[in-house]
Amino acid sequence: MSSASTTSTPQISGGHLYLRAFWGLMLRDARVLAREFIPFLLRTVMNPLLFTFVFTYVFPKIGSGITPGGNTGVSFATVIAPGLVAVAIFFQGIAAVALPLAIELGGTREIEDRVMAPLPVGLVACEKVVWSGLQSIIAAAAVLPLVILVSAEPVSIHVASWPMLIVIVLLAALVAGYLGLVIGTVVRPKQIGLIFSLVVVPVTFLGCTYYPWQQLASIRWLQIVTLVNPLVYVSEGLRTALTPQIPHMQSAVVIGALLFLLAAFAWLGTWLFMRRVID
Amino acid sequence: MHPLALHDVIKRYPGAHTNAVNGIDLMVENGEIFGLLGPNGAGKTTTIGIATTRVRPTSGTVLVNGIDARAHPSGVKRHIGVVTQFNTLDRACNVVENLYFHGRFFGMSRRSAHTRADALLERFGLSERAGTMVAQLSGGLARRAQLACALMHHPEVLFLDEPTTGLDPQSRIALWDAVREIRAAEGMAVVLTTHYIEEADALCDRVAIMHAGSILVCDTPDQIKRSSSDGVLVTLRLRHVVPSFLDQLRALDGVGAVDADQNTVRVHIVAADGIVARVVALAGPELRDLRVAEPSLETAFIALTGRALAA
Repeated sequence: MSSASTTSTPQISGGHLYLRAFWGLMLRDARVLAREFIPFLLRTVMNPLLFTFVFTYVFPKIGSGITPGGNTGVSFATVIAPGLVAVAIFFQGIAAVALPLAIELGGTREIEDRVMAPLPVGLVACEKVVWSGLQSIIAAAAVLPLVILVSAEPVSIHVASWPMLIVIVLLAALVAGYLGLVIGTVVRPKQIGLIFSLVVVPVTFLGCTYYPWQQLASIRWLQIVTLVNPLVYVSEGLRTALTPQIPHMQSAVVIGALLFLLAAFAWLGTWLFMRRVID
Repeated sequence: MHPLALHDVIKRYPGAHTNAVNGIDLMVENGEIFGLLGPNGAGKTTTIGIATTRVRPTSGTVLVNGIDARAHPSGVKRHIGVVTQFNTLDRACNVVENLYFHGRFFGMSRRSAHTRADALLERFGLSERAGTMVAQLSGGLARRAQLACALMHHPEVLFLDEPTTGLDPQSRIALWDAVREIRAAEGMAVVLTTHYIEEADALCDRVAIMHAGSILVCDTPDQIKRSSSDGVLVTLRLRHVVPSFLDQLRALDGVGAVDADQNTVRVHIVAADGIVARVVALAGPELRDLRVAEPSLETAFIALTGRALAA
């Protein structure tokens, strides 16, 4: 394999070279994000900012605040804070992979240069997911303080379990990224807006972001149907870590479901990606 | 070791009834510019796709620099540079960033990637465009930037798929010069596809003529012309072309392939003795213009495939 080559690129063992290529792909993505960091931040915080402003600042001030059901005695802002963080992670993760990928695969074929990088094609897809995961974490870090700052009501959040918080954030970021990979490889560039309306918006509204899952007990069918929604487990997992005083799903169920979804989306997304770039 | 060696390579796409590549053998020598010449659909791009790991062959052996492309695609990718027929430059980056990050993908250090990118931009006359976003480049400049990008990691084989399709004549000749220059400077083998006869003739050391998934002949352009030197190509321009006229032509002794495109008829004459006069007589008052071509890659191509290579 190591030929009598005239190349000045040093010969490095396969695994090491894959890592360098992976790192090169990350550097490229970092450069692109740095160029558009302000628009990225604005895009990320606008929705949660307005949502928090209207529901936890305007409504209480005009005397029509929402009181969450049950006798937990917590503010609505406390209920939605983990949910808004979950949406930020999830939306960012899907969008950061699906939007550019649909164009690079279908419109401009820009993906070619990265597919020709000296690493397995599955790792090219994986890099996109890992990079979107980093953006998701930035998004989460931006949204949480915002909710606390804007809300007129007290937001009682404290990290009950750091390991749980880290595990949920990482799993959520990767699940969203691989779901973005599935969407980006399947959907044509022209339909991507439609898919966001048909998939991402319902997932967001029905993802137990604005209410805890257990309170859906009074609408039993909805409570069962929403179990197919990955965002439910992210919202509930973040409640476990950040607002344990609110009823939430068991940690084992949340982590188990997210691991299953991660494996499923990773397998499907990678398979679809390979099919698109290799004949 | 051959930069590229294909043995009995077959590719059938799922659901297709015929093989896109039908059992081809090919050896590219060190440092040569090798051309795959043929019409659209001949299997040229599929052949390049197989050699560059983008298309999985149905069967056969593909060795790039001695590395098995089916077993070790990542190992192959390390040794090759690829310029596709589409502008695949990264639209989110400017010209120099395209080159720089390409180098980083291939494990180059920050410093050597910068040095190499600057040198290549200089060589291709792109230094002033280093900061230009690639969407603003003209077709010719974009193709040169793609070429520069593909050279970043010092590939030992450079693949160019239809490198001058869609370029104006001036940009085409500039690109030929660029390819010759980099081959001289870096000594890599170049494998290109083209459906322009003059491109194969002017640029390639050896040419393989492809048709319907097979290689019909593989030799130097001069040798290919010599081997078909008994042929002459007569191109007629007529007021109207009627099918019966074509049949009459085909019936003449010494006429090979006949091929019509709107009001132009190309007649490949195998034995030229006095036959041109009979062709002219057949055409009669319909004839507006006549051209007799000496043996060329074009006449060789028509002799081999029975049809013209319409661009």
